[in-house]
Amino acid sequence: MANKNENDTLVNDCDIITRKEFIAQTSAFTAAITITTSSTKKIINKLSAPAPGMLTVAMNVNGKEKTLEIDPRTTLLDALRENMHLTGTKKGCDRGQCGACTVLVDGRRINSCLHLAAMCDGVKVTTIEGLGTPDNMHPMQEAFLKHDAFQCGYCTPGQICSAVGLLKEGHAKTDDDIRELMSGNICRCGAYQNILDAIKEVQQNA
Amino acid sequence: MYPFTYIKAKTNKEAITAIGSNSNAKFIGGGTNLIDLMKMNIEMPQQLIDITSLDLKKIETLPNGNIKIGALVRNSDLAYDETIMQKFPMLSKALLAGASPQLRNMATTAGNILQRTRCSYFYDTAMPCNKREPGSGCSAIKGYNRMHAILGTSDKCIATHPSDMCVAMAALDAIIHIESANGERTINFLDFHLVPGDTPEKENVLQPGELITAVEIPALPFASNSTYIKVRDRHSYEFALTSAAVALEINDGIIQNARIALGGVGTKPWRCKEAEQSLINKKATADNFSAAADIALKDVKTFQYNAFKPKLAKQTIISALQTIGGNNG
Repeated sequence: MANKNENDTLVNDCDIITRKEFIAQTSAFTAAITITTSSTKKIINKLSAPAPGMLTVAMNVNGKEKTLEIDPRTTLLDALRENMHLTGTKKGCDRGQCGACTVLVDGRRINSCLHLAAMCDGVKVTTIEGLGTPDNMHPMQEAFLKHDAFQCGYCTPGQICSAVGLLKEGHAKTDDDIRELMSGNICRCGAYQNILDAIKEVQQNA
Repeated sequence: MYPFTYIKAKTNKEAITAIGSNSNAKFIGGGTNLIDLMKMNIEMPQQLIDITSLDLKKIETLPNGNIKIGALVRNSDLAYDETIMQKFPMLSKALLAGASPQLRNMATTAGNILQRTRCSYFYDTAMPCNKREPGSGCSAIKGYNRMHAILGTSDKCIATHPSDMCVAMAALDAIIHIESANGERTINFLDFHLVPGDTPEKENVLQPGELITAVEIPALPFASNSTYIKVRDRHSYEFALTSAAVALEINDGIIQNARIALGGVGTKPWRCKEAEQSLINKKATADNFSAAADIALKDVKTFQYNAFKPKLAKQTIISALQTIGGNNG
């Protein structure tokens, strides 16, 4: 009955507002909208647009065929983490500036935060989970462990995917080349020297 | 990101028809700039037309020796192309000076040309910006304008063009190939981008419904003696404070031909034809390089925080010319 009483109160409160007061209040509200900037108007128009349809996308992720129903806005990063629950790939800046989200698409390293999942139909994606497992690590994963190439570990999946992509690209000849070609991966803990050592070891053993 | 619909075009014609029927649609290639801008609610297209399946991914040498680069050639593929590295090292070096390896693996040739400024006020939707919202004012002119332009500015906008690749293309007199429902046309690279003037929101001469299909680099034998030097706050993965793409043809110590274009200082990729002319029939000496740099920068207008740029740009030009022209006198 408490609910009913609350409803009654609401109705009664509404009843108290006279027609004159109602018009005065809504006019003020309209005026407030009128003085908003044109960009705000653009945003309001966008919000009232009909919701777009979902898309069906099929991609091979770490050797497994996956079919997803996604909103067109979904980035590959969010599709991996939220739809496929592959949370090894990390979201750092979400703007292509830190490299934490680096994965390999058809063998090339990219920033998955700036790539739409909708554009991944038919592609092959490799994430940190697909490179190796704790029992059967990828040589780059082993080298990162051996050389202590991380502290907090948040940037590490991106660093490792990026390093694997770097060696595949085959353009790094010197330490400075490796540093330059790993510049898209930021490490706040500053493990750069050990990351360099890990990559060099895998490069030399290849 | 605001809602949008997504379609994939399979042919140039499909892409052009799709964009012709929706004035709020945009093409997406690499997406490295567009998705970022959409996340910031600066770009809000109603539809994205994915053009990555189009057959625009080849780098071809034409019978006349020109190089035709497909609009969808990725920045990394262009940078490491052997012909480009050999015949146009400034272009390869400029590409490798831009962004990060991951972004270069995504970004396309045409997308690089169409990328938008990284002016922090353009990105900050809480601040006025004539480029983002015409008539709202320029926050940079009296704001923190350390990264901003000193050439080609107006009282409406002082944002720099961010591309490295475009600086080399400006120096090389590239030609942009365009297709639309009306057929095909070409635009000289130097005529493509616009200085802000009174309409900073209008950044180039591309018309609605037009698709860039390729960029052609005219044969230029002496461009094998060229370079790109970029000065920035960090050694890697940072936009230019100043940069210079230069090429020199020198016979017996005398300059026969020169190309100079600048980045990080202009509101568009900045070609310096008068400075180039000043070098012809001169000796390749530091004094002559310095005089040419003065000519290139004679029209600069600096702002509160970027008054260091003319001197830095001058040294960048001299250093680039000395790299390929020798360190004489």
